[in-house]
Amino acid sequence: MIERPDSSSASIARNLEGYVGFANLPNQVYRKSVKRGFEFTLMVVGESGLGKSTLINSLFLTELYSKDYPGPSQRIKKTVQVEQSKVLIKEGGVQLTLTIVDTPGFGDAVDNSNCWQPVINYIDSKCEDFLNAESRVNRRMMPDNRVHCCLYFIAPSGHGLKPLDIEFMKRLHDKVNVIPLIAKADTLTPEECQQFKKQIMKEIQEHKIKIYEFPDSEDDEDSKVIRKIKEKMPLAVVGSNVVIEVNGKKVRGRQYPWGVAEVENGEHCDFTVLRNMLIRTHMQDLKDVTNNVHYENYRSRKLAAVTCNGVDATKTKGQLTKSPLAQMEEERREHVTKMKKMETEMEQVFEMKVKEKKQKLKDSEAELERRHEQMKKNLEAQYKELEEKRKQYEEEKMSWEAQQRILEQQKLDASKTMEKNKKKGKIF
Amino acid sequence: MSVAVGSKPSPSEDLRNLTLSGHVGFDSLPDQLVNKSTTQGFCFNILCVGETGIGKSTLMDTLFNTKFEGDPASHNEPGVRLKARSYELQESNVRLKLTTVDTVGFGDQINKEDSYKPIVEYIDAQFEAYLQEELKIKRSLFNYHDSRIHACLYFIAPTGHSLKSLDLVTMKKLDSKVNIIPIIAKADTIAKNELHKFKSKIMSELVSNGVQIYQFPTDEETVAEINATMSVHLPFAVVGSTEEVKIGNKMAKARQYPWGVVQVENENHCDFVKLREMLIRVNMEDLREQTHSRHYELYRRCKLEEMGFKDTDPDCKPFSLQETYEAKRNEFLGELQKKEEEMRQMFVMRVKEKETELKEAEKELHEKFDRLKKTHQDEKKKLEDKKKEIEDEVGAFSKKKAAVQLLQAQQAGSQSTKKDKDKKNSSFT
Repeated sequence: MIERPDSSSASIARNLEGYVGFANLPNQVYRKSVKRGFEFTLMVVGESGLGKSTLINSLFLTELYSKDYPGPSQRIKKTVQVEQSKVLIKEGGVQLTLTIVDTPGFGDAVDNSNCWQPVINYIDSKCEDFLNAESRVNRRMMPDNRVHCCLYFIAPSGHGLKPLDIEFMKRLHDKVNVIPLIAKADTLTPEECQQFKKQIMKEIQEHKIKIYEFPDSEDDEDSKVIRKIKEKMPLAVVGSNVVIEVNGKKVRGRQYPWGVAEVENGEHCDFTVLRNMLIRTHMQDLKDVTNNVHYENYRSRKLAAVTCNGVDATKTKGQLTKSPLAQMEEERREHVTKMKKMETEMEQVFEMKVKEKKQKLKDSEAELERRHEQMKKNLEAQYKELEEKRKQYEEEKMSWEAQQRILEQQKLDASKTMEKNKKKGKIF
Repeated sequence: MSVAVGSKPSPSEDLRNLTLSGHVGFDSLPDQLVNKSTTQGFCFNILCVGETGIGKSTLMDTLFNTKFEGDPASHNEPGVRLKARSYELQESNVRLKLTTVDTVGFGDQINKEDSYKPIVEYIDAQFEAYLQEELKIKRSLFNYHDSRIHACLYFIAPTGHSLKSLDLVTMKKLDSKVNIIPIIAKADTIAKNELHKFKSKIMSELVSNGVQIYQFPTDEETVAEINATMSVHLPFAVVGSTEEVKIGNKMAKARQYPWGVVQVENENHCDFVKLREMLIRVNMEDLREQTHSRHYELYRRCKLEEMGFKDTDPDCKPFSLQETYEAKRNEFLGELQKKEEEMRQMFVMRVKEKETELKEAEKELHEKFDRLKKTHQDEKKKLEDKKKEIEDEVGAFSKKKAAVQLLQAQQAGSQSTKKDKDKKNSSFT
């Protein structure tokens, strides 16, 4: 439902002493809007023969549908078509470009599955056009061709909604303002009508169909009127542009042998209620709800699909509050931080590995050094040992040799003495 | 504020003009629209640019008939800064949310080259905020508080000669971003004859420097006349005062001098009433519309083009918004991936480099140790040789020793036997 503006903030408004002049603002707005002109797109949907064309002609008091421009029931196609006709009407200085969209062939086939699809496609394509126009770099005055209201005609069976009715309204209620109408209400007696209405509203609630809701008003008078309208939903209408004289008065109505069903008589049908609500009081609100609710829903769905690429739902919730570009900016920043982190991590791993390798190298170098030292020491020890041995040997050798020399000397001396003694003849 | 929608259809469409056979009632549409706007309330933002003490706050008070808070600023501000204040005003049943933005410290610095920058930044920031809201996926434009500047009152000092160069520079920078309404402040210091010359000088200087000031619209019959007449008196020479002086039997806003009383609302004394008429009573809505449909659109267009958005692709086929976003997004993702790849590649290269380095070091180390090993082997061999040498020597010596000893033993033995013999022999004698 549209968020109605918070009017409680008026309590702190200052009242001005003396004339300023901005009380003239509403007049300025009025002037400008009249200069711009107004547009409205109204869609009528229902099976053929329910009086749609007659009702439109009655609502706008003009021959929108005529012999030259036949209504949808006269233009039955094999498949459901969605066609529009644009008319320009002026009243009291106000210019209105009215677009009536109708759906010849709706509900008339034997198999009506998906007959709502062309309607949905039409509504979406108008939203798409508006979205593209709104998103251009160079924007100009954009025509608003979005469907502002869809009048759905229910056949006056007197029993309840048909499955097609329920299906259609369920599929369209979150795309467009749906106003269900009971067509050809002059075939129902007031009691039957009352019963029928109750049954329809019950079914609408059961199926959770969201039909167009009138906004509540602050004004008490307006609120009463609105409540009365709400009780009459769905409105039962009769259409006719044929003027008949009843009791001296000229009225529009349908002439029967048993009397005249007056179109603008509140006791005969709800036509006046519909006209007042649709045209005189709530036309602007229908446009606002279309712009602020239905179009925004379409837009956010479309853009979310682009940017989120169907990632998990929990993530998308937060992303929806940003524009896709802001989101890309954020993603970019996230990515930068991620890259920085990755870089530091990689750097760390790199450093660590290098350190490891270097350490290993150092260790193996140390190990080899150590071993080499040890071997060297070993060798040195052996050397020393050898030196010792040699020294010992040398000493031994020297002492032995010395000894030998002494012995030799002794021997020599002894033999010399012996020789002497021999010579002396003492020994034989 | 809703998106600008127009309803003048192109003549190429099949549009029928129909006459109505009675009163339908859609002539109430403008009233429906007005009711909606009135319920929502209006919003208006004014920016006052002018030197300290030129009378900005006083003029605001006078225009809106209320005392806004705030103390007068000093002349010692180091730079220009903008101060915004919001007020809720009500006149009959119309509620207005007014925001006044003041340029504090404007014109006080010795070097005023950058004075215009904070102002331009502020205006752009408001446009940016609106643009961001407009681009969001889930947005709420209809109850967005519009903070964009709708009118800029440029206060010209009443020198009586011409515009200052600061004025021209600043106005030139602002004229494409905001509706500029130049006013001559403290007009009670200029005599009537000087005023006329001053005004013409100012207007011609503005024209010759190409400054685009706000033009009061003359395209609507209801207001064309009054706007045209008022435009002749531009720039408005105003006097502001919140003090009341008794004039005749009424109290009126005025300034009391020894030589007389300057009445603010007397059109012979100053153009205050004209300013109020033009700014508030007649053209407030037009100022808002111009801001939205001209100045904001220009900002938006420049910003989007800066970001790389185009309306048509190289083949001149129109882009749909979705395509544009998708293309941008893919480009963006591609960019990110490329960056990632680049970084990885760089690391791979570094790793390779380092690896080769370390391998080199390892090889060197092994070579070193191979050499050492070889040296060691050599040494060992030498040692072995020496050992062998010694052992041979020792062996030889031992043998020799042993042989000599044996010989000696033999000799000794024979000698002893000889001696024994001798002894024996000698004993017999």
